[in-house]
Amino acid sequence: MSETLEHIASAARTDAPPAILLDKVNKWFGALHVLRDVSLSVAVGERLVVCGPSGSGKSTMIRCINRLETHQEGRIVVDGIELTDDVRALDAIRREVGMVFQSFNLFPHLTVLENCTLAPIWVRRMPKAEAESLAMHYLERVKIPEQAKKYPGQLSGGQQQRVAIARALCMKPKIMLFDEPTSALDPEMIKEVLDTMVGLAEDGMTMICVTHEMGFARTVADRVVFMDRGEIVEMGTPVQVFENPQTDRLRLFLSQILRGH
Amino acid sequence: MSDLTLTTAAATSPEAAPRTPPASQIGLRGWLRANLFSSWINTAVTLVLAYLIIRWTIGFIEWGVINAIWSVPENQTQACRDLRGVGACWAVITEKHRFILFGTYPYEEHWRPALVCLLFVGLYVVSAMRRFWRWELALVWVATLAVIGVLMWGGVLGLSYVPQERWGGLPITLILATFGLAFAFPLAILVALGRRSKLPAIKALCVLYVELIRGVPLISLLFMASVMFPLFLPEGMNIDKLLRAQIAIILFAGAYLAEVVRGGLQALPKGQYEAADALGLGYWQKTGFIILPQALRLVIPPLVNTFIGFFKDTSLVLIIGIFDLLTAGKTAIIEPAWQGFGIEVYLTVGAIYFVFCFAMSKYSQDLEAELNRHRRR
Ligand SMILES: Nc1ncnc2c1ncn2[C@@H]1O[C@H](COP(=O)(O)OP(=O)(O)OP(=O)(O)O)[C@@H](O)[C@H]1O
Ligand SMILES: [Mg+2]
Repeated sequence: MSETLEHIASAARTDAPPAILLDKVNKWFGALHVLRDVSLSVAVGERLVVCGPSGSGKSTMIRCINRLETHQEGRIVVDGIELTDDVRALDAIRREVGMVFQSFNLFPHLTVLENCTLAPIWVRRMPKAEAESLAMHYLERVKIPEQAKKYPGQLSGGQQQRVAIARALCMKPKIMLFDEPTSALDPEMIKEVLDTMVGLAEDGMTMICVTHEMGFARTVADRVVFMDRGEIVEMGTPVQVFENPQTDRLRLFLSQILRGH
Repeated sequence: MSDLTLTTAAATSPEAAPRTPPASQIGLRGWLRANLFSSWINTAVTLVLAYLIIRWTIGFIEWGVINAIWSVPENQTQACRDLRGVGACWAVITEKHRFILFGTYPYEEHWRPALVCLLFVGLYVVSAMRRFWRWELALVWVATLAVIGVLMWGGVLGLSYVPQERWGGLPITLILATFGLAFAFPLAILVALGRRSKLPAIKALCVLYVELIRGVPLISLLFMASVMFPLFLPEGMNIDKLLRAQIAIILFAGAYLAEVVRGGLQALPKGQYEAADALGLGYWQKTGFIILPQALRLVIPPLVNTFIGFFKDTSLVLIIGIFDLLTAGKTAIIEPAWQGFGIEVYLTVGAIYFVFCFAMSKYSQDLEAELNRHRRR
């Protein structure tokens, strides 16, 4: 636990304010305590990978950051705006934070292009032509511009997830959240999605990524967070966390992950 | 072994002709075999039914065409009565069709309700075409409905005034159904959304509305609208009887449609709501662009089912003395000379209802296929 505090302290030492700050966040689902005193600070441009066993609260934590879930105690500050019941603050944050889901959640009744332009046009009030050229730009970045006129149902899983990434990028977010973006994909499609994410990381996007892809974590992450039973148990560089686990819980988790692969 | 090599070679060689299934399994012959004559029981049922269908068709043609009487001198129905049921007396339709279609509307002004019916049909056709689905369509509706009002009431532009008590027949049915569904559908969407609202007051209100209205028969609502409602109004104030029935129908249809729409809302995966939220779309943007377009597509079949049901339920207004198509038909044969020719009249009225309902049903199937194109790979 002392390590946690140390990391918050180290983040605080840098002069720029953090992109995301969680301060003793607690959340319950009914009587179930799913986040316990979670404290975390993510610097601008930092890439964070979150891992942990199923049910440990990883999804809940990142969903609290764009308020798909509400926390009950503690403070969450995103891009300098504190998350409260104020709707204007919420709108502002959702504009700055993009999210990619495990199950893609593309809008099946809209074409790929329409999926990408809907929010820029209606939330950012961008002219249609501009939104479309922006969308094509990002579809080229995720390497599927030729699919723009198709419906999501006509694409493979990997292509759909890349569209979902492009859709989030079209809002020009400062922060991207990924909740197990590759775990619904067949092995041969995982790479194309991870490559896209590596490209994003190289551009300096602030990212929090829940994933069990160790290779990705090693090459991309500045820090790895290990969660278990609603707590942040360990946090450090990929080398520290993966090569030199301090707790039995992490050792057990790593051995299971490695066996699984 | 050599045999196997041979067949594979034949299958992969480019000049091999494409093989078709055996002739006994495709085409008309294959279909007949598979569906009608696959076993001896199946064959027996097919033969019996074919016999009955042919007998019945021949009987109907004899009654309805060969032995039928198409017209009689004014009110001289003896010729029809002499048929003793072996032929139809279509003379009742020839004689009474204008009364059935337009009720007690002044005879020389019948072109007005006739035009109104055509306007309604035109409105349906235009609204059915997807390329006209723009906001301007709402203006077309308002304008058409205004013209319809002017035509029916008159009193302006040199048209003589016709009080609402004298309207009747098909225009009444179309007015009740069109206004009823045009207002009930948006109401239903709001109520369905309200029932899922996070605000307890709105939610409670919507639940109360749906449960109250669904809990009583339409007939009692119509009675309340026609008998009880005026008692609550201040002296001298009088709301048109047709309008009251119309409101009762809107409220009733609204409650049923709301439940259909809610079914669609519930069938949408949670991820769709979350993705829209995460993109920063506001409530109405999310609802209008993401949720409703998908939810309504899902419920087209039950929605049209309810629409068709209500189109026919408008005939219940007869109990409060409004002359819709069915009531006009019934009244046409009250006259002693024409008593006993109900079958012909009901067949005709039924056919009119059928045309409208079948068109709705057919259109909904096309719409469903068209709008759900995105689900095909
Ligand atoms: N909407 C909800 N209502 C009640 N309990 C919930 C809800 N969502 C999650 N939970 C519970 O909260 C706990 C944390 O869930 P969460 O989805 O954050 O875990 P996770 O670490 O993302 O797991 P996984 O790796 O399986 O995705 C779990 O015990 C889960 O059952
Ligand atoms: Mg999860």
